[in-house]
Amino acid sequence: MSILKIEDLTLIFGKEKEEALSLLKKGSTKAEILKETGCTVAVKNAAFEIEKGEFFVIMGLSGSGKSSLLRCLNRLIEPTSGNVILNEVNITSLGDKELQDVRRKEMAMVFQKFGLLPHRTVLENVAFGLELQDIPEKEREEKAKKVIELVSLQGYENQPTAALSGGMQQRVGLARALANEPEILLMDEAFSALDPLIRTQMQDELIDLQKTMHKTIVFITHDLDEAIRLGDRIAIMKDGEIIQIGTPEEILTNPATDYVSSFVEKVDRKSIITAASLMFEKPTVAIFRKDGVEGTLRKMRSSGLTALPAVSTDKEFLGFVYLKDILEIKAKGHHTIEAAIISDIPVAYPETTVETMLPFIAENGRAVPIIDKDTRKLLGIVAQTSLLIETTGASWENITGNSIDNLQNEIL
Amino acid sequence: MIHIGPYIEQFINWLTLHFAGLFDAIKIVVESIVNGVEWVFMFPPFYVIILLIAFLAWKRTGLGVTILTLLGLTLIWAMGYWAQTMATLALILSSAFIALLLGIPVGIWAAKNPMAKKIIRPILDFMQTMPAFVYLIPAVLFFGLGKVPGAFATIIFAMPPAVRLTTLGISQVPEDIVEATRSFGATSRQLLFKVELPLALPTILAGVNQTIMMALSMVVISAMIAAGGLGEVVLKGITQLKIGIGFEGGISVVILAIILDRITQSFGSKKVKISD
Repeated sequence: MSILKIEDLTLIFGKEKEEALSLLKKGSTKAEILKETGCTVAVKNAAFEIEKGEFFVIMGLSGSGKSSLLRCLNRLIEPTSGNVILNEVNITSLGDKELQDVRRKEMAMVFQKFGLLPHRTVLENVAFGLELQDIPEKEREEKAKKVIELVSLQGYENQPTAALSGGMQQRVGLARALANEPEILLMDEAFSALDPLIRTQMQDELIDLQKTMHKTIVFITHDLDEAIRLGDRIAIMKDGEIIQIGTPEEILTNPATDYVSSFVEKVDRKSIITAASLMFEKPTVAIFRKDGVEGTLRKMRSSGLTALPAVSTDKEFLGFVYLKDILEIKAKGHHTIEAAIISDIPVAYPETTVETMLPFIAENGRAVPIIDKDTRKLLGIVAQTSLLIETTGASWENITGNSIDNLQNEIL
Repeated sequence: MIHIGPYIEQFINWLTLHFAGLFDAIKIVVESIVNGVEWVFMFPPFYVIILLIAFLAWKRTGLGVTILTLLGLTLIWAMGYWAQTMATLALILSSAFIALLLGIPVGIWAAKNPMAKKIIRPILDFMQTMPAFVYLIPAVLFFGLGKVPGAFATIIFAMPPAVRLTTLGISQVPEDIVEATRSFGATSRQLLFKVELPLALPTILAGVNQTIMMALSMVVISAMIAAGGLGEVVLKGITQLKIGIGFEGGISVVILAIILDRITQSFGSKKVKISD
């Protein structure tokens, strides 16, 4: 069930919003609207749903409207049109009191610039959201102390926040948001102001926290690597529009536009791309007990391959057979290929990442068979060329000089 | 030739006539505040007051200001101007107090409301640049002679810095902190009292200091309408061409000014560091 649903949300900055909105509905472009009305379209018809417990990342460059979109979710900025629906309650139509309640209890936000109160201590900052709810001091300090432990800030409770490093300050910011026990965490470039080492560390900790707390997180970033590291799904924004929503792998393997591909190119793909997306399905196989020595040889001849995966009649992966071994056993008078099957071959599963499969190249010197974890059925094979391409970022043509038709040839 | 003078005169007369009751009420309130404060300063023996102020100086500032306070106030007493100095101090502090009581809320309003800011700014410019003597005329018409019109003119002259610096302080609160506060469901009241005012405090305190200093600069002028105090001493020096008395009064004002400035400044300078 989706916890947060955004329907046709549009945000326009400027004086003549209504006019700009009607122009937008008529299909005018951003530039035309700016020229005609002086209004800027910050977010255009955004629509998506976020599942409970999902880590949803909105990624875009500065000016793409991602931060404005996030602020529409808790109405720090009023959307010009469209709905934000949280647990079937339309946030956009709430009065001030109810909106305050939503902000106090259901959505908490973490900011790029932390937004901490410099005249207060860490503990007072973490308890700030609870203080706004008029929770008695004792109770809120108890809650705050628990959260402080969660973000490993024990011992800093009575420090003024101004004395802390950036990473520490953002821990306070995160703790302040968690102290409210919100259903949804809104994180606006929360780690962008931190230096790279601290950032990675904070990312890891956030992932761990997410695993134990199962919060729904909407995370804004301009960094695709960060988006891929953190996100269950990623929405990519450009000029106020969401141009693609998908899992990190979907975005990497199947970018919707050139714009997305230009981002994807720079990403370190090894740890994201899995066997499933590189796999060459329905390879030519030698079926044990069905294909005898002669049948296997015929298949090799017609496909021009010197090695084939061998499977049982249930498609269970048995190993590889090589031309030279087949010829050898044929000379010895064997009829089945059993003696030629080399079963000592490392296999991978569809969800295995390229990074994990790389060492197999050295071991196999061949393609990596991809099998189902439970049934051990052969699902496909991943060529070493594909692995190399994913690792180096080179194109097919550069490596093979061949078209896709000769793929299996390359593979084996 | 255009004469706007008569219209202003008519307006002031109209005010005097129709709001006599209000002015009387104001007069009673202001008079009791000023007299009350003066009584507090005059009731204990002079050395108690000197020691108290010196102790405050010691707590808030350094040794230098403390010694200056001790020596300066003792000198004033020795010159025989203790009563006048306390009268002046009472008038200044009461006027400054009222100016702040009015000025800080107006400053907050101006910070929150751009339209209010647009209207208030020229009024503040007017209040500050109009020669202070001019306020004496309506002050006398409204309140007669004495301390109250003196306080009235002083309040008008001293209020602008309180308004301006409050507005400045609140507008300077970083936008990200305001946004974060709102994102946690703060009401505008909570935002003001828990975040904006505490963060604006150093600037507002600078405004308090300025207001007190401006009030001090009105001492001699308000003495012209019989507000009394050290201003009267200086005025006597001027009108009777008695250089000695003039300087004695003047020096007393200077001593008072330095002590007040250093002590009030010390409250403002305890800066809260604002993260960027």
